[in-house]
Amino acid sequence: MSEKIKIAIGQGATCSGCDIAVLDLDVELLKLFEVADLTFAPLATDIKYKDVEAMEDGEITICLYHGAVRNSENEHIAKLLRKKSKIMVAYGACAAFGGIPGLANVTTRNKILDTVYEQTATTVNPDHTRPQTHYLSPEGHELELPELFESVKALDDIVDVDYIIGACPPTREMNVKLLGVVLDFVQGKAGLPPKGIILASERTLCDECPRQKPDKVFIDEIKSVDYTDLDPEKCFLEQGIMCFGPATRAGCDSKCINVNMPCRGCMGPTAAVLDHGASCLSAFTSILKLSGSESELPEEEIEKLMSKMRDPLGTFYRFTLPKSLLQRVVKET
Amino acid sequence: MTFKPKIIVFCCNWCAYAGGDLAGISRYQIKPYFRVIRTMCSARVDPAWIMEAFRLGADGVMVAGCHPGDCHYIGGNYRTRRRMAMLRSLLKQFGLNEQRLELAWISAGEAEKFATTMNSFIERITEIGPSPYRTSATDSRAAGVAKEAADV
Repeated sequence: MSEKIKIAIGQGATCSGCDIAVLDLDVELLKLFEVADLTFAPLATDIKYKDVEAMEDGEITICLYHGAVRNSENEHIAKLLRKKSKIMVAYGACAAFGGIPGLANVTTRNKILDTVYEQTATTVNPDHTRPQTHYLSPEGHELELPELFESVKALDDIVDVDYIIGACPPTREMNVKLLGVVLDFVQGKAGLPPKGIILASERTLCDECPRQKPDKVFIDEIKSVDYTDLDPEKCFLEQGIMCFGPATRAGCDSKCINVNMPCRGCMGPTAAVLDHGASCLSAFTSILKLSGSESELPEEEIEKLMSKMRDPLGTFYRFTLPKSLLQRVVKET
Repeated sequence: MTFKPKIIVFCCNWCAYAGGDLAGISRYQIKPYFRVIRTMCSARVDPAWIMEAFRLGADGVMVAGCHPGDCHYIGGNYRTRRRMAMLRSLLKQFGLNEQRLELAWISAGEAEKFATTMNSFIERITEIGPSPYRTSATDSRAAGVAKEAADV
C-alpha cells in the first residue's frame, strides 16, 4: 500500500448535516481511514485556512464541499479548495443546487439585513448598525467579516466541479458507494466515473417507489402531512399529499417514502429536465381534480383550482432555486 | 429611443399557427415585435420553455392554441390552461408582472383575431416595459442577449 490519499471536507452555507452524513459511515470509516487522511475538515480537525493555503496545488485528492455559496468566505474557501484538490465534489443538495439556503433568492440582501438588524420584535438597534466587512478597533486591530452576497449560488456556479451528489443529506448507502469508488480508484482497480451527477439514477423516484400506484392519480384536496393519517401502502398523491416523486431524480433508496414521508425533491431534477420547478408544476397541474367536467369550466374556475396550491415557488423549488432557469426573484420597475 | 419589446409566441400547429398564417395572407397589419415558435400542440409547450424565454430576455410570452373543445389532440389545451394558470402565479412570485404571460385561443380561421390579439398584447407589453430579467445582474448571459435584441 502506497502513501495515503488526502481528503478534505469544505463547508459553505450549510447546516453541517452533510458532515454528520459522512460520520454516518460508522464502521466503514475505518476502511476510509486505511487509505485516506482527513486534512481539512473544520468540524473534525483543528486546521486553519492558512494551512490549506500552504498546501501544494492538487495535494488533496478528494474534496467534499457541502453547503451553498452565500458569502465571500464561502467563495474564497471554494476557490481555495478547488485549487488544492484533484477532485472536487459538490456534496449534498446545497452545494449541488443551492438547497434550502438558496431560497434566500426570493428576497434581497438588504431585505435580509433589515429583517435581522431592524425589524424583528426582539431587536434593539437605535443606531441602525449593520455588519461591516472591515473594522478598525480603537486598539488598532483590523477585523474582517465576509460579505453577504445578493444571490445564493451553487458550487458549480463558482468553481469547476467534477462530481455532483444530490440529496439532503446524501444517504449512508450513497456514501458507501462513494467510498467504494474512492477505494477502487486508490487501489487502482477502476478509473473514475465520468464527470457530472453520480450515485443517482437516471429515472424519477416514482419509478422506484415501492407504493401501490393507481393507473390514474387525482388530488381532491391538497392536505398537510402534519394533520393527515397516512396509509403507508398507498401513493401519497392519491392521499392528497404533495410528493415530488414524479419530478425528482431517484437514487436515494426512497428513504423518506419508506418512513411514510413524501418526497420533497432534494435529489433535484433528472438529466432530461431544464428546470425542477417547471417539471413539478407540469406534474401537479394535471392531477388536481375537478368536480365537474373540464370542458364546461370557465377559465376563472381553473385559476381558482390552481390557487389551491399555495406558494408554488417555495414548494416546487425547495432545493433548486439557484439552479432554476430564472435563478432568483426580481422586481418590476 | 422607444422601447421595442421582444415577444415569443408559441403557436399550435393546427389552429393558432394556421390563424397566424391566414392573418399574413390576408395582410393584416401586426407590429413586428414578436417571434412565432410552432409546436404541434399548445400542451407541448413545457413551462420551462416559457421560463427559458424570460431568462433569455423576452418581455412577454404568449401561448396560443385551439379553442377549448377543439383541440386536435382532444384534450391538450385543457392541460395548457391548467399549467398556464399555475405558471402565472409562479411567475408572479418570481417578481414578474403576470400580464407578461398570455394565453390565447385562436382558430385556423380567425385571422383577424390573431392580428388584434397580437397587437393588443404587444401594446400591453410596450406599456409594461422591459422585463426585469433583461437587466438582471444574476445572469450576464441574459443581459448579453437583451443587448442584441435592441435591434429588432
